[in-house]
Amino acid sequence: MSTVAQKQGFLAVLWDYLTTVDHKKIAILYLISGGFFFLVGGIEAMIIRIQLAVPDNNFVSAGLYNEILTMHGTTMIFLAAMPLLFAFMNAVVPLQIGARDVAFPFLNSLGFWLFFFGGIFLNLSWFLGGAPDAGWTSYASLSITSEGHGIDFYVLGLQISGAGTLIAGINFLVTIINMRAPGMTYMRMPLFTWSTFVASALILFAFPPLTVGLFLMLFDRMFGANFFDVSMGGNTIIWEHLFWIFGHPEVYILILPAFGIFSEIFATFSRKRLFGYAAMVFATVLIGFLGFMVWAHHMFTVGLGPTANAIFAVATMAIAVPTGVKIFNWMLTMWGGSIVFTTPMLYAVAFIPSFTAGGVTGVMLASAAADYQYHDTYFVVAHFHYVIVGGVVLGLLAGTHFYWPKMFGTMLNEFLGKITFWLFLIGFHATFFVQHFLGLMGMPRRIWKFLDGQGLNLFNLISTIGAVFMAVAVLVLVYNIIITQIKNVRVGNDPWGDGRTLEWAIASPPPFYNFKQLPLVRGLDPYWIEKMEGNTKMTPAEPVGDIHMPNNSFIPFVMSLGLFIAAFGAMYQVDWRASDGESFVWAIPVLIIGLLITLGSMAVRSLKDDHGYHIHKEDLLKDDEGGRE
Amino acid sequence: MDAEQKFTSRTWPESPEKTTLEGKNKFLGFWLFLGGETVLFASLFATYLALKDKVPSDDHALAIDMFELPLVFIMTMLLLTSSLTSVYAMYHMKNYNFQKMKTWLIITVGLGLAFLGFEIYEFNHYVHEYHHTFTSSAFGSSFYTLVGFHGAHVVVGLGWFLLLLIRNTNRGLNLYNAPKFFLASLYWHFIDVVWVFIFTVVYLMGMVG
Repeated sequence: MSTVAQKQGFLAVLWDYLTTVDHKKIAILYLISGGFFFLVGGIEAMIIRIQLAVPDNNFVSAGLYNEILTMHGTTMIFLAAMPLLFAFMNAVVPLQIGARDVAFPFLNSLGFWLFFFGGIFLNLSWFLGGAPDAGWTSYASLSITSEGHGIDFYVLGLQISGAGTLIAGINFLVTIINMRAPGMTYMRMPLFTWSTFVASALILFAFPPLTVGLFLMLFDRMFGANFFDVSMGGNTIIWEHLFWIFGHPEVYILILPAFGIFSEIFATFSRKRLFGYAAMVFATVLIGFLGFMVWAHHMFTVGLGPTANAIFAVATMAIAVPTGVKIFNWMLTMWGGSIVFTTPMLYAVAFIPSFTAGGVTGVMLASAAADYQYHDTYFVVAHFHYVIVGGVVLGLLAGTHFYWPKMFGTMLNEFLGKITFWLFLIGFHATFFVQHFLGLMGMPRRIWKFLDGQGLNLFNLISTIGAVFMAVAVLVLVYNIIITQIKNVRVGNDPWGDGRTLEWAIASPPPFYNFKQLPLVRGLDPYWIEKMEGNTKMTPAEPVGDIHMPNNSFIPFVMSLGLFIAAFGAMYQVDWRASDGESFVWAIPVLIIGLLITLGSMAVRSLKDDHGYHIHKEDLLKDDEGGRE
Repeated sequence: MDAEQKFTSRTWPESPEKTTLEGKNKFLGFWLFLGGETVLFASLFATYLALKDKVPSDDHALAIDMFELPLVFIMTMLLLTSSLTSVYAMYHMKNYNFQKMKTWLIITVGLGLAFLGFEIYEFNHYVHEYHHTFTSSAFGSSFYTLVGFHGAHVVVGLGWFLLLLIRNTNRGLNLYNAPKFFLASLYWHFIDVVWVFIFTVVYLMGMVG
């Protein structure tokens, strides 16, 4: 636990990352593993598009196609988009509020490792008898009869990674409520912090229904329960309700942080404070609230009745109002600003029309009567890709460019960044715009192949070509990242030159204790205020003193590993019982050992005092003279 | 303020669970966690209500055939009383009286164990008298899942109290362990509140058909 910087070997670095509780390193872990799963999900998307490039294609078999489309959706939502957002939340939010770390550094690490092992478990299904194949929504009527262990991998993997997400959500809520620097009132918090705050609240209340739904499915498939078995009195609609009570807030959990990233980018590169800050905050909270009121719009065709459908239709359309407020505020932020078209700004500007298009089809789908026509067609596929790719993924790519210097101390190449941007934007619209029409022409969603002579050939081919553009764009980005890190040209604290918020006031990457002295926040965009008054640094709120830091810990890794092991036991005890105890005799012992590892490491955590350590004032002052690592 | 600082009953702060930043974070984080738990149980209650008395054929026992209020009344009294005794324990914690806090926590654990014993008896009774099992019907699955989740929470709460008691037996109160005791008792109250709803929704409503 030395504060002295030194050259470290690979194993030492690995050990450091396995045990780290530093939010900045956890952010990097989230970025790498989220990026990895993004590539995996992207490959799955490419296979889908290749299969659908021409009519009556046989690139993959029907069963494999079902597995690939299920894993594409599941991976992209749970293992790519959320962790990548968590990467930026971890990297930026504590800095934006002037904190030295999150409220629960240990839990932060635990949340990451749970997500990581859950994701690995889910993807091991490819090698262990087949992936889940009932769609990312895994409706019970389909999934309880799915053969093999695919759905079991889905249930157990998401249960483990979902626990990690819940922990991360609570952690951010407490961090933002309790750890703000002096003067950082709620109405001075940057929009990214606000949207993280609201998204975390959504996580807190949306994930437990998913937990319950997954438990019911787990009990049905692995322990003989009958929640969804109609012949035993069960009801499959319960799954749909629980899934969408989680699933709808989930899309706001994804999009709100992306809104936050864009809000920062618009203000920074228009060199203006965000237009309508208070209205933006209010709209964010309102979207979060309304997000819980609309889940049944995914179930219009279930037969809930016209009253329920009407209520949920109106509630859904109401969300367009606060979202519209945001769109206009972003445009008015640019109005009269001195705009710089950097790569992040390009993404932000392109996001407005792309996302709005997705919003408009959203209002169309919200009309319950019309939805009977759109339901389960490619129109829906086009709609949710417009909001998720046009909103969340553009936000993630923008955030990658915008926050890269703060996370790694280097600047991604702007020229390559713009190539990625244009390829991705063109590819995105080519892929998904035509899918609206495919849907209106009657092409069903999740279909394995289509026939010649139905007028679907051209648009499907265009869609596939668009996907190739997006794939090339991502490859250029990966190349950009590699050469940037090889060249390793270090940048200063405010590489964009127009940073407004606290994270730009300290070194890139920041020292592990973040702020030597907590900053005094004197208004919205505190660093901008100081710059306008000719200061180069924040006004400190305290004298230099000892800083309390948490100890690294290997326990989160072990705790998560225990659940990972137990999941195999839970899954294969089904085969053990099916074979009357003949084979898979190890299943129950493995289940018990796994749970004991987790419970045991929880007990160790509880019994062993962990007071952390202090960085002494003298070392901090020495750090100043010698420069940092 | 240093977490391991020694105190006397005079210097002991008024809200020791929230005096350190760590304690404050835990206090808030745990309340938020309980908010999530509330949604978890709400989902389980909704599932139970949707599947109550949903059985595959007429020869399965229904709620009205099985539930007996005297047994459930005893269980309710045990758990409600244990909530009260944990309040006494926290009262003494705030007054820096470690021995009395310990005594009341041990009483709390005893009442919790008694509750658990009755619950095991109850489940056993349903299984053997009425063939009402986890796998016999959707009703059975939802009943044992809802009440069983609560029972599992009781087990975790008891384990938590015991672990804290064993770990801290000889070292008294400080600002490091005071938040831990406080959170365990918050958790215990939450379990109690959930039981009040189970008593109403499962048993009382079960008696009226």
